[in-house]
Amino acid sequence: MITEKSRLKSLGHQLFFTGPTILFFALAVLIPFAYGLYLTLTDMTSPINPIKFSGFGNYKTAFMDTAFWDSLWLTVEFVVATVLIINILGFILAFLVTSGVKMQNFFRTALFTPNLIGGLILGYIWQFIFVQTLPSIGDKLGIEWLRLGWLGDEHLAFWAIVIVTIWQSAGYMMIIFVAGLINVPKDVMEASTIDGANAWQRLRNVTLPLMVPSFVVTVFLTLKNAFMVYDVNYSLTEGGPYGSTTMVSMHVVQKAFVENIYGVGQAEAIVLFVIVAVITGLQVYFSKKMEVAA
Amino acid sequence: MEARKKAVSFLTYLLLAVSFVLFVFPFFLMLVNSFKSNGEILESPFSLPTSLNFGHFAEVVDKMNFFVSFRNTVIVTFLSVLFIGIFAAMTAYYMVRRPTKFNNGLFALMVASMIIPFQSIMIPLIYIYGAKLHWIDAAPIPLLIILYIGFGSALSVFMYHGFVKSIPYELEEASLLDGCTRAQTFFKIVLPMLVPTSVTIAILNVLWIWNDYLLPSLVLTKEQDFTMPIKMKVFNGTYMNNWELLIPALLLTILPILVAYLFGQRYIIRGVSQGAIK
Repeated sequence: MITEKSRLKSLGHQLFFTGPTILFFALAVLIPFAYGLYLTLTDMTSPINPIKFSGFGNYKTAFMDTAFWDSLWLTVEFVVATVLIINILGFILAFLVTSGVKMQNFFRTALFTPNLIGGLILGYIWQFIFVQTLPSIGDKLGIEWLRLGWLGDEHLAFWAIVIVTIWQSAGYMMIIFVAGLINVPKDVMEASTIDGANAWQRLRNVTLPLMVPSFVVTVFLTLKNAFMVYDVNYSLTEGGPYGSTTMVSMHVVQKAFVENIYGVGQAEAIVLFVIVAVITGLQVYFSKKMEVAA
Repeated sequence: MEARKKAVSFLTYLLLAVSFVLFVFPFFLMLVNSFKSNGEILESPFSLPTSLNFGHFAEVVDKMNFFVSFRNTVIVTFLSVLFIGIFAAMTAYYMVRRPTKFNNGLFALMVASMIIPFQSIMIPLIYIYGAKLHWIDAAPIPLLIILYIGFGSALSVFMYHGFVKSIPYELEEASLLDGCTRAQTFFKIVLPMLVPTSVTIAILNVLWIWNDYLLPSLVLTKEQDFTMPIKMKVFNGTYMNNWELLIPALLLTILPILVAYLFGQRYIIRGVSQGAIK
């Protein structure tokens, strides 16, 4: 451990080693976050107008903004749909690519590919599928629900975003599950096989309990990502048709930068922060409790 | 027993083959349609192109000013990732070796900050650096890099922190006795041992920064500063539904990272799984 004799030297080291990080972290995260809290208490219609103190007025406006609650509720539905399916699918894929068949690495590599590319670009790629490809298949085979333009339909557009998000994230979660599955001790598996457990019992009673730490990570990541979804939402539907797929991120961006109502937009962003912090905090707390010692 | 094993393995292959097609098909569609004209694309999106016509690619490179946005993305990503790596390693090292109240508190603060959604920072960010300080007008790309270093530091410090703890201190004591300063000891002894962790951290940061859209879309306002995702968004708006140009443009945009993946896939997959375990 470092124990410096001279105070000056100690301060010098502290500045040298931690100074740059503290500076950039403060510039990007700490100062804007603190300033953001202050902004919610002010009345600011545009960046040029002087700031006027307005108490909790913005929060009151935010709580009465039905469009905000609609977008938040839609986001919650999106969170439930994507978190569940991505984790189940990711786990199944991980199970398949660690089962011992040939070409496992090839499949891992291929299934991870969507994660290399940003949500915005993936959304545009899938726009081609939803706008051109699926309708053309539907036309040829006479399947009515494929012929509809999904992105123009208020309900199907939501599911289009869900599908693209699942397609994008399942491979990433698969890699995390693979790391967990490889760490399941072989001797425990063998012991349970000798004791007469069948494949299903081994999965339920041995593998899954030992995989809880992986699920803590994947559920946390998918929860957080789903609450903040923006890119795929933006490039697939831009919140349409008729605002039916405007999720909370997009709502906040529009409130602040399109409608120029900064204070209310920021108050809504803070409400979002509190919700995400509470939910992910509870999730990690309770799932940590489920962890068992291997 | 043998027959059952064969059946299980066949089923596994079948499921993997189906998922492979589902996961790779969109990229395949981009590839086969990038050589076709609008008429051909609408007529038969699945058929292979009749000729390898690179004309649309040339047109897109020209109309998109592709190399400008490519260069911008490389500069922003490279500098951000480099500085995140160096600064985070130094900070994590000092936090582990000198666990004062201040350092422990700073570490806790950084870890806690990881749950802050970008959405609750972006409005004050644009307000401070745009309306108040005018950095967005004066130096958008340096500002973008500064912000990425700040956003990336928490996770990277956290990951380095875990690794530095596993390095025995005796090595450093030896070099200090030999007359190295603290900084020399860090750069000559500790940093080389952190290389595998640095690769993991760099991969995770590249994947995020290279593809990021929301932050650059708020900070970059002039065309000459655009990174590739912003450029693609503008291009998509200009050539709405003009697939013979949009598809080659999308393919060009994803090509650099796909090529990088082709060569570094082992490290990338390993980096992601190590990042998750930490």
